[in-house]
Amino acid sequence: MKVAYYPGCTLKTTAKEFDLSARAASAALGIDLIEPPRWNCCGTVHALAKDDVMHHLAPLRNLLRVEEMKDQGLVDEKRVVALCAMCYNTLKRSNQAFNTDSDKAGKVKESMNNEAAVYSGGVEVEHLLETLRTHGWDKVSARVNKPLKGLKVAPYYGCLLLRPRGIGVDSADNPKVFEDLLKSLGAEVVDFGYKQKCCGSYHTVYMPEVVADLGNRILTQAQAAGAEMVATACPLCEFNLGDRQAEVLKKYPRFGSIPIVYFTQLMAVAFGLGEEETALGMNKPDPRPLLREKGLI
Amino acid sequence: MSENGKMVTIYVLGKRHVVPADLTMMKAMEYAGHQFRRGAGCRGGFCGACATVYRKKGSYKLLGALACQKIVEDGMIIAQIPFSPSEKKTYNVSDLKAEANTFLQYYPEIARCLACNTCTKACPQDIMVMDYVQAALRGDVAQAAKLSFDCLSCGLCAMRCPAEIVPYHIGQLARRLESKYIEGPTEHVLKRCAEVEEGKYNAEIAEMMKMDKPTLANKYNTREMRIK
Repeated sequence: MKVAYYPGCTLKTTAKEFDLSARAASAALGIDLIEPPRWNCCGTVHALAKDDVMHHLAPLRNLLRVEEMKDQGLVDEKRVVALCAMCYNTLKRSNQAFNTDSDKAGKVKESMNNEAAVYSGGVEVEHLLETLRTHGWDKVSARVNKPLKGLKVAPYYGCLLLRPRGIGVDSADNPKVFEDLLKSLGAEVVDFGYKQKCCGSYHTVYMPEVVADLGNRILTQAQAAGAEMVATACPLCEFNLGDRQAEVLKKYPRFGSIPIVYFTQLMAVAFGLGEEETALGMNKPDPRPLLREKGLI
Repeated sequence: MSENGKMVTIYVLGKRHVVPADLTMMKAMEYAGHQFRRGAGCRGGFCGACATVYRKKGSYKLLGALACQKIVEDGMIIAQIPFSPSEKKTYNVSDLKAEANTFLQYYPEIARCLACNTCTKACPQDIMVMDYVQAALRGDVAQAAKLSFDCLSCGLCAMRCPAEIVPYHIGQLARRLESKYIEGPTEHVLKRCAEVEEGKYNAEIAEMMKMDKPTLANKYNTREMRIK
């Protein structure tokens, strides 16, 4: 019997006795071990190692820039606020990896050598929702001069604001930061079961039908719970739940329409800011008819 | 021999040469008998023709420089990159928009940038290459144009990029978009263009066309320079 046999580098160098004896013993049993005419290193453990150092360079480099801002006196603290849930999640996870895995931190530093500055690990990453929570809901309420009275808003967290644990802005099971914000703006908060479900994320590029399915479920649930509007903190969620409603309608003709806005837009409305600041003309579907109907804009 | 008589050993395309220590790589290569047919231009660090890669004794690092600017060091191993292959897209800048999608349309590979900064480290002009590629990616055309302004298109960044991006094309596209749509055509350029069209310089050009080479060279070398 002829069997392909992969010896590997060690059996050709420091473990030749292993190679020789195995070939001979197998041959004695009628098993011919045939070495491939072309072969390369098996990859050793490197192939199985979770080597993601290269992918941490981009986020950590941004945190280094924040450190430089502090050093230059541009900001008061070594703290950075993110808005996009993806950016928040990425920055915070890389920061955590850098600060808890000294081996990885060492490799990152090696990969960033010959550069003017080295990241210390000392930047704190937070989401604006956390910044506001620390600032105080009472202070947010105090600034409201156009309470979102009678506006039924469902907060939608999606994945990246809450997961994984230890990274999320709030409890992954029972979050309330988004609800607290909406309440402090005077809105009527609508709780619904799908607020932590995934919006379909990047499936939107190649499989918009997956996003349409998820959008249909999430938005139908929100509407069934009484929501007139959904608030989000993530541009990809906003796109998938908003712009992709056209796809939802194609697949589920009975689905109506519900406006999706960023929580910051609702803040701007409640603070009585102008059209340029609320920037409501960029959302799909257009949230303005509803807000006009409620007398908020 | 160098002014103080010091000599160093360098390796050009694998051959050992002993050359004066104060020569640039380019002059050292010529001292060693190489004649440049490509890979040499202005000799003043402005044209980007003499991109060269090298390693230093005892180091695994691959470094890059302009051969006309970098002084040789003992043990240097040198190879020229006289040409960097790249696909240059053709476009009419008048049909474009100064936005991120323009870069992605012509050079979609820029989305592969991992911000590893290898390009920046490779740049002999000390340009923040990665930063301008990133600026282009997010549609900050003005910033991409500003950061890439000193680029000579020597190609070292492109040869080192693990994502196979050709940064200098991005910088060039950014500067074109910036000058057309953001900075806009400046008044003095418009004025000079009008003068050219009106034929203001026709007589002078006709006169120069008749000059023999030495006269023309003399005119060029003694020309009035106005640098603000």
